[in-house]
Amino acid sequence: MGFLTYLINGLSLGSIYAIIALGYTMVYGIAKMLNFAHGDVIMIGSYAVFMTMANSGLPAVVSIIIAIVICTALGVIIEKIAYKPLRKATNLAVLITAIGVSYFLQNMALLIFGSNPIVFKSVINWKGITVAGLTISGITIITIVTCIIIMLVLTWFVKNTKPGQAMRAVSEDKDAASLMGINVNATISLTFAIGSGLAAIAGALYCSAYPTLTPYTGSMPGIKAFTAAVFGGIGSIPGALIGGLLLGVIEILGKAYISSQLSDAIVFIVLIIVLLVKPAGILGKTIHEKV
Amino acid sequence: MAMLEVKDLVVNYGVIQALKGISFEVEEGEIIALIGANGAGKTTTLQTISGMLSPKSGSVLLEGTDITKVPGHKIVTMGLAHVPEGRRVFAQLTVLENLKMGAYTRSDKAEIAKTLETVFTSFPRLKERQNQLAGTLSGGEQQMLAMGRALMSKPRIILMDEPSMGLSPIFVEEIFNIIKSVSATGTTVLLVEQNAKKALAIASRAYVLETGNIVLSGDARELMDDPSIKKAYLGE
Repeated sequence: MGFLTYLINGLSLGSIYAIIALGYTMVYGIAKMLNFAHGDVIMIGSYAVFMTMANSGLPAVVSIIIAIVICTALGVIIEKIAYKPLRKATNLAVLITAIGVSYFLQNMALLIFGSNPIVFKSVINWKGITVAGLTISGITIITIVTCIIIMLVLTWFVKNTKPGQAMRAVSEDKDAASLMGINVNATISLTFAIGSGLAAIAGALYCSAYPTLTPYTGSMPGIKAFTAAVFGGIGSIPGALIGGLLLGVIEILGKAYISSQLSDAIVFIVLIIVLLVKPAGILGKTIHEKV
Repeated sequence: MAMLEVKDLVVNYGVIQALKGISFEVEEGEIIALIGANGAGKTTTLQTISGMLSPKSGSVLLEGTDITKVPGHKIVTMGLAHVPEGRRVFAQLTVLENLKMGAYTRSDKAEIAKTLETVFTSFPRLKERQNQLAGTLSGGEQQMLAMGRALMSKPRIILMDEPSMGLSPIFVEEIFNIIKSVSATGTTVLLVEQNAKKALAIASRAYVLETGNIVLSGDARELMDDPSIKKAYLGE
């Protein structure tokens, strides 16, 4: 395999990280909290796809839509039950709750689906294309294209729609947003809904590329995507894209050229270096307090 | 019927009683000044009226309707706008986006465009800087933006919290002129100010708050001549 193949695979993996990172970054931007359960929503989404597609024989598109609906509802419910009562609590209390929710989801999945790994059937049947001797698989292409579409739609949504504007206002100043007539709680719910719906898509893509599904499947891509969000500048949508892509490329190139055991370590070393040089992340906003 | 009526309002901050049962009225078209020292409860009063805080007891009536339990984001639609302390403009949004945010609850685009024109006429500086990020404006310009943003909801009553705080004398003068012109268009104004002299000069009536109680109220001109006011708030 040549460098170009690695690069494309890296971009594809990075696209998945970017889609997951959006969930972290949007929720952080709006609710100023780290939703550590986000990775496990991916896992639930993957099981939903598996149950409806491989088990019940529904077409891939339909089962992904069902998974999106389930994850969206799950995200909104998690926010309502676990996080909303803590709106005025300390950050630490919210963080611990998020970790609790994460374990809850993993153990619930363990109870329902058992611990045996499931071989995930890819949602994409397309073999892909071959250009000048270079074969790119269908899932790789679909993943990258999906990521691009999601980024474009989301950027447009945030910039040009009323709920999107409300999200920007709430992320800057909840009280001032409320004074404008924005329903802050509804806006936070919407953000969780979008992030969790995207997690379902990410789950389907991730498990199609790496087809082993267990109740713990969500945690590693979850942590890496969180890293990507911090990497790109947490709270920033383009930051999630850049962070995700860079992380994916570094991981794959690290695996290919340095060591497949050390590739995760390399990813985190790069993160540490970036944060030392630019603590707010690549596109992070340095907050200037103006009096 | 009063534009705004506050009855026996008690507000607690944890164990501290910030408001100890205050009552006052604002009639339509008036400029009412609420003056007092730091920590007297002025900001708490405004925040409770606009729904940012909920009172322990007492009630707030807007044009006769009890709004005490109405969520903050719905009060705006009832014709009350609040320019918060410290301006609180959306720094990462442009001036124009900030203004449009002020019209968030309105849907008629043509009407919004009309209001925007009026705001730009009152604040020509905002028009010049409409595409600039709000965070890059000077303090005085941010105050103008906060006021313009509040006016975008076409309020019948506007609450202003310390609009002159931290501004240079030229801007202070300009801000008070703007408050006068807002009032001249028929909008009722409830003004909280540390600059008691200026506030009393443009207000018709005033209330003096001291540690959560209203200790004095009356005609603004008369209060200006009150020896205790002169000593405590006017530095004479």
